[in-house]
Amino acid sequence: MLQIQQVNKTFGKLEVLKNIDVRFSQGQAVAIIGPNGSGKTTLIKSILGMVVPESGVISFAGQPIGIDAQYRRHIGYMPQIGRYPDNMQVGQLFDMMRDLRNGDVTVIDDELIRAYRLPDIYQKSMRTLSGGTRQKVSAALAFLFNPPVMILDEPTAGLDPLSAEILKEKIQREKERNKLFLITSHIMSDLEELATDVIYLAEGRLVFFKTLEALKTETGEERLGKAIARIMETLQP
Amino acid sequence: MKGLTAIEFPQSVSLPGENIRAHKKMLKIAKYVVYDILRNRFVLAYLVFLLVVSMSFFNMESDPAKGMMSLLNIILIVLPLVSTVFATIHLYNSYEFMELLLAQPLKRSDIFLGEYLGMATSLCIAFGIGVGVPVLLYDGSMRGFTLVVCGLLLTLAFVSLAFLAAVLSRDKARGIGLALLLWFFCTILYDGIVLMSMFAFSDYPLEKVIMGLAFLNPVDLARIAMLLQLDAAALMGYTGALFQHFFGSATGTGLSFLAMLVWIAGPLWLAVRIFRKKDI
Repeated sequence: MLQIQQVNKTFGKLEVLKNIDVRFSQGQAVAIIGPNGSGKTTLIKSILGMVVPESGVISFAGQPIGIDAQYRRHIGYMPQIGRYPDNMQVGQLFDMMRDLRNGDVTVIDDELIRAYRLPDIYQKSMRTLSGGTRQKVSAALAFLFNPPVMILDEPTAGLDPLSAEILKEKIQREKERNKLFLITSHIMSDLEELATDVIYLAEGRLVFFKTLEALKTETGEERLGKAIARIMETLQP
Repeated sequence: MKGLTAIEFPQSVSLPGENIRAHKKMLKIAKYVVYDILRNRFVLAYLVFLLVVSMSFFNMESDPAKGMMSLLNIILIVLPLVSTVFATIHLYNSYEFMELLLAQPLKRSDIFLGEYLGMATSLCIAFGIGVGVPVLLYDGSMRGFTLVVCGLLLTLAFVSLAFLAAVLSRDKARGIGLALLLWFFCTILYDGIVLMSMFAFSDYPLEKVIMGLAFLNPVDLARIAMLLQLDAAALMGYTGALFQHFFGSATGTGLSFLAMLVWIAGPLWLAVRIFRKKDI
């Protein structure tokens, strides 16, 4: 469904993505793991068309993503740091997004809006929100239009335990509906609960792409955190 | 829970009416940009400033033509300054908003043009009320009309240039610096350079060259169009008479209008091209 072929990206002299070649399909929940600065967010932003790769092709449902932005109606994105217009109120933000998507959306999924009790803070302006509350808004927005592909960049970072649990349960439920999830996180226990597959990036290179089970048997470790730690050790020069 | 085994992806070939929908999206974005700018109150202050200045000039001078002259001088300095600086700062502050929109099925060009349209509309409304209303009240003649049209076109041109400056540099301070430099060049430096070259090459017949040079600066275009309406061209000597001859004629007015449109569309087109390839 989502195919990345020979993608390269540099920022100045820094090579952030080197020949990334990977293919994702429906029903997968892919954990994207790697040290800081390994290119996780750049990979995600390339898929979303926010970062334009120097070379390579990214295709969605068989079509290369180009100038046409319509493929993004099938993607829900939760950014690492949700940045929103300061002067806007929470309620206005949701109204605006609905208004802008009016016409291409049939199903509205406001489960997270209700679970996080966001209508209680609809009158607050975005500027006054704490980091965690912003994350809740980002999560609710990502799921709002019921897209078949979800891209979550550090979804649980900054959320309190209850809110993180609500989000994880939501992800589990949507996963069972055969959606594709791409999730980056540094919290291995979260990924262990959610992921079916694991991608490991280091210095812009794709080190491996394996199912969670295969990874565990190969390293002989029961827990994802330990398995990844073992691999990181072997990668150290 | 039942799985959605087959999720359909309607391929986005251009359907009839797609273009209209796309433009609708652009207008919607522009609408939210206008809301955002109006909440900012800076544009309101600009409107009040223009209103106070125009009212006081018309009340101080018994002859509306003289009032208009003084008003013109203020407008030609203040309008480009406010348009460039405000538009540049606004675009830098809108990166969050644009980031949000970029994750949605919206074209980059629609997002950018929506920003432009919103910004231009807000500043044009401020100018239209702040200067347009007093001018039409005190002097509803052709020259008043020309002043308002010139002001609106100048606003559009400088917002274009400001947006270009803002996409050229990622760094806010550099972008604003570039915009200020542009303003300084168009309103002050350019005239100095033209005068100096006239002085240096005074032995040569330069009228046509100088006239051509006016097209290279939107502020000059607006000033000349206005001075011709005020019958002050005679004060500009031989070149003035030449301007009168050229710009005063229908083709001259048409050409300067076209040049103004190029100043609006050119930088904007370039800015869109750069923005389409930019990493956010």
